[in-house]
Amino acid sequence: MKIFLTDMQGKEHVLEATEDWTIMEIIREGGVPILAQCGGSCACATCHVYVDPAWKAKLPEPSEEEIGMLDGAFDVTPDSRLACQIVFTKDLDGLKVKLAAGSI
Amino acid sequence: MTESTAIQTDAVIIGAGPAGLFAVFELGINDIKCHVIDILDKAGGQCAELYPEKPIYDIPAVPVCTGTELTERLMKQIEPFSPVFHLGQMAEKLTKLQDGKWRIETDAGTVIDARIVVIAAGGGSFTPKRPPIKDIEAYEGKSVFYAVRKKESFRDKNLIVAGGGDSALDWALNLQPIAKRITLIHRRNEFRAAPDSVAKMRALVEAGKMDLKIANITAINGADGQVQSLSLIDDAKNTTNVACDTVLAFYGLTMKLGPVANFGLTLQDSLIPVNTADFETSEPTIFAIGDINVYPGKMKLILSAFHEAALMARKAFLYIHPDKRYRFQYTTSSSDIQGKLGVGKNAA
Repeated sequence: MKIFLTDMQGKEHVLEATEDWTIMEIIREGGVPILAQCGGSCACATCHVYVDPAWKAKLPEPSEEEIGMLDGAFDVTPDSRLACQIVFTKDLDGLKVKLAAGSI
Repeated sequence: MTESTAIQTDAVIIGAGPAGLFAVFELGINDIKCHVIDILDKAGGQCAELYPEKPIYDIPAVPVCTGTELTERLMKQIEPFSPVFHLGQMAEKLTKLQDGKWRIETDAGTVIDARIVVIAAGGGSFTPKRPPIKDIEAYEGKSVFYAVRKKESFRDKNLIVAGGGDSALDWALNLQPIAKRITLIHRRNEFRAAPDSVAKMRALVEAGKMDLKIANITAINGADGQVQSLSLIDDAKNTTNVACDTVLAFYGLTMKLGPVANFGLTLQDSLIPVNTADFETSEPTIFAIGDINVYPGKMKLILSAFHEAALMARKAFLYIHPDKRYRFQYTTSSSDIQGKLGVGKNAA
């Protein structure tokens, strides 16, 4: 299973995805730099990504906590999510996300 | 700076997170006096700044505690050693003195001379997040700020306050009476701040005494470091320009290695390599413990930092007390250690 990650330079990376891992962990394991300073505890907003609109409906809604934490991110759009709060499942095979500024 | 005005101590610890705090304990039971420097205005490091309310489950023998609770317990545990804290200061410069001691200088002008230095700086210094807006650095310190040092400097300003947390709200409310005009900019019409502050802000907006814009900042416009307006875009993609002469942005803090990078130590991917026998760096008498160090098998866990502190302190003892023999003792049975802790038969 795979996810497709576009980095800040616009380059697309195909990353091996493991079920039950978070998208942040998959990005980090894939060797693409991502700050994720708090290590995945939804406490820093430095793993901000944009989810491809075509995939948004497949994701569970963000929690209040995640929405609040996004206040500490920049250029937040309706597609914004914290990668540490999205858990990869089989349904998300092929998911497309893009790294946001402030996350590297 | 002369010998007489610099603070003289045994050890300087850079960083008051769990690693730095527990280092005070381990050094303390080895008769080593400590001064602790931290850029935050409180002890606790990431535990205090990033996850004060979040639970931690892997502190041995503590099934669960929050970042704040862990910090409080560590502070209680090190109380007998009376460490001296220098908070809200960044350790900026490290120089080797002729007598082999280290001189540490902070950005607040504190100067400390110590025999050993323990770098327990975690992910680095907490610094304000800088909005990724083109050329913003040309305005920083001139008309764009991330903190309020002197309230008066905002008098009669046409001020934009950006952000939606307590800092943004508190300063918008605080400066509203003296600023010419305040526009609060936040990405959404909800605020993660004390309900009372939000209510006060809403009342001021209602009364026409403060402006509120729900949008993201896309550009900064001005010349020679003087901002003239910010360009905004909202979720419906409407763009607008808001005139201003000063901007205060509050998006929280991020960690940067900072001046430690210039201390002359060997670095590896912004981490400090150490040996695992005593957690000394490439420079004898300088140690690195906790998240900032790296060695084969390193795990960035608080419990690793505690272990590292104990081994570091054993080596530090040999530097500070070269005339004494290191004696391995258990706190349970050592009347010597218990005396230092103010407990047991030798309690004062």
